[in-house]
Amino acid sequence: MEKKSEYDILTDKVAIPYEIAAGPTWTRFFEGFRQEKIYGTRCRKCKRVLVPARSFCPRCFVDTDEWIEISQEGSIVSWALTEYEYYGMPTKPPFIGALIRLDGTDSNFLHLIGGFDLSDPEFVRKTVKNGMKVRAVWNKEKKGHIMDIKYFEPVK
Amino acid sequence: MTKEYNTLKNVIELPHKYAAGPAWTRFYDGLKQEKIYGSRCQKCKKVFVPARSYCPACQVSADEWIEVSQEGKVISWALSISHEFFGMPVSPPFITALIRLDDTDCDFLHFIGGIDLSDAKKVKDLIKPGLKVRAVWNEEKKGHMMDIRHFVPVSG
Amino acid sequence: MGRPVAIIGSGQTKHGRRFDVTYPELVKEAVDRVFDSTGISPEDIDGVVSGTMPSMMEGVALTHFYFADVLRSVGKPILKTETCGSTGVSLAITGYYWIASGMADLVLVVGSEKMNEGDSQATMTTVVEPFYQRYFISGAPGIFSMQSQQWSVHYGIPEERVRAAATKLSIDHHNDAFDNPYAHIKKKLTEEEVNNARIITYPVRLWDVCPNSDGACAVIFASEKMAKKISKNPAWVKGVGYSGEEYWFGDSDKVVWQCAIDAAKQAYDMAGIKDPRKELDVAEVYNPFTFQELLYYECFGFCDFGKACDETLKGTFAKGGELPCDPSGGTLCTNPIGATGLNRVAEAALQVTNQAGDHQIPGAKLALAHAMGGVDQYNGIMILGSKL
Repeated sequence: MEKKSEYDILTDKVAIPYEIAAGPTWTRFFEGFRQEKIYGTRCRKCKRVLVPARSFCPRCFVDTDEWIEISQEGSIVSWALTEYEYYGMPTKPPFIGALIRLDGTDSNFLHLIGGFDLSDPEFVRKTVKNGMKVRAVWNKEKKGHIMDIKYFEPVK
Repeated sequence: MTKEYNTLKNVIELPHKYAAGPAWTRFYDGLKQEKIYGSRCQKCKKVFVPARSYCPACQVSADEWIEVSQEGKVISWALSISHEFFGMPVSPPFITALIRLDDTDCDFLHFIGGIDLSDAKKVKDLIKPGLKVRAVWNEEKKGHMMDIRHFVPVSG
Repeated sequence: MGRPVAIIGSGQTKHGRRFDVTYPELVKEAVDRVFDSTGISPEDIDGVVSGTMPSMMEGVALTHFYFADVLRSVGKPILKTETCGSTGVSLAITGYYWIASGMADLVLVVGSEKMNEGDSQATMTTVVEPFYQRYFISGAPGIFSMQSQQWSVHYGIPEERVRAAATKLSIDHHNDAFDNPYAHIKKKLTEEEVNNARIITYPVRLWDVCPNSDGACAVIFASEKMAKKISKNPAWVKGVGYSGEEYWFGDSDKVVWQCAIDAAKQAYDMAGIKDPRKELDVAEVYNPFTFQELLYYECFGFCDFGKACDETLKGTFAKGGELPCDPSGGTLCTNPIGATGLNRVAEAALQVTNQAGDHQIPGAKLALAHAMGGVDQYNGIMILGSKL
């Protein structure tokens, strides 16, 4: 109990453990990451290439079992520089979250933009532009996890 | 079953600060002085314990505070022996029980202790509905429900 | 089409940091107020709808069970609706459906949140799955920043102009909040203060963002027969709309934002509205972020696409303008998430019944209430009118 207001406050932490099934599609997608490959799947009906790879097209509801290795380059669709921090935040600020249209795909891939100094928002604003070409940079150690890609960096 | 696909392990941890409000604050202040408070509904005249700010049935304020007896009768009970789960607030074995404290009109939920809990059969022979029990306090008070360590059978 | 439905009263709590009461006691404040304002007895209620954002915001799952006593729901059917930020409008629509279907005549609808008891962004992070998106989202501000950034570039609006429009909204709404007795943050702000405030997620700065509020809102919905019997001045539900899109943030266009456009169209079609800017008298648009409010003006047909900044700077959506938006100060000043959408509905009902007090838009007869939920995934709208 701590006295912060006129009345008591009970402090507590709720911690709940999970073991979440990746299923066949995420498992295969992340095995691709271990080999520095990004996979997408093509919808047989609308022909869109969706990345990350998935088992069905959310618009056509047909199975998407045609796996395609996707380009590791693309262009920025939108971005935001995060400066604030909250409890248990999975990525530490400052970081740039961005939607990236990888070449030859038809959906936007969400990841980080990095590889340069993020400490000055003005510099970031002048550096990062929509439409800008970026390329995946991989961590040396692979865990079969979305963060095996460290970030996307601007292509010089 | 062997796992064909990957899983992702994760713990979600969230911090909380619960406002105790006036009724819980006063109730917990009572516990610090080894007193258990209930409150009486102005309309139905029932005495509720723990004390609360309003009657759950009549929805009128229950602001007549009464120090209630620390003795009562077991209404029902359950022995938790081996089933332990992640983050369980109290480790087994323990007996939770509904206890009707003398001159109150609802059942108070707490532990029965002070007896050997290792043999379920012995426990079953000892703890019966209607058994008289009495509160035993921890020496150090925190203004918390667990300031009452448990209720013990009243001998004789 | 179902039976006609009306709102016959509402109750909002004082919003802010409410460590003076427990969560159920906070909810009780709103429930007591709605019964006081309508004069009906809890025994008359046929069913109760309750909701919060994600339950774990406050460390108690199944909050509607926790609130059962204060909702006066003992012995009655209870429903929970939970759609993230749009929870409040979803609650209202659930209450509407219940009566429109003919299964109930009086329904109590309650939304609530006690955001200061937990960590709001840490909780919201769990709204997103852990395989992929959770690492990049940075809570609500990250999403809305990406959306507004893309929007301004898409229409070629200079960054300074977007900033100027967002700043005007921030100054106006924080000032409007002084006229709303239930608002949380009321503040006289200068352009300089807003423009130079701390960056949260670029381009969003502190005064572009809503606060963490504790609060609750209760509304009673009634069938035509009961509304006419109980109330001299009911607000009639003229239209409802709710629409969503794919789960993955990168799968659909958030600039020409189809679920926002569709939710409005559903509601307009039902209400017979052809030209929302002319026909609506006031709108309570969900505005947890100034930038997002601009986007909604376009999606709801209040102005052409790409023109929201120009219209905002002209004063079209300010008090005294052609279509005043958020005269209550809106979500920007008061955001108890599970209640926020219902606050919008309650405010719209107050406006069309001429009970909004100091922030009344004179002569308002038709009002729009709106909220958004998920990672830019769902939008919900309810339109209220003074006439059946």
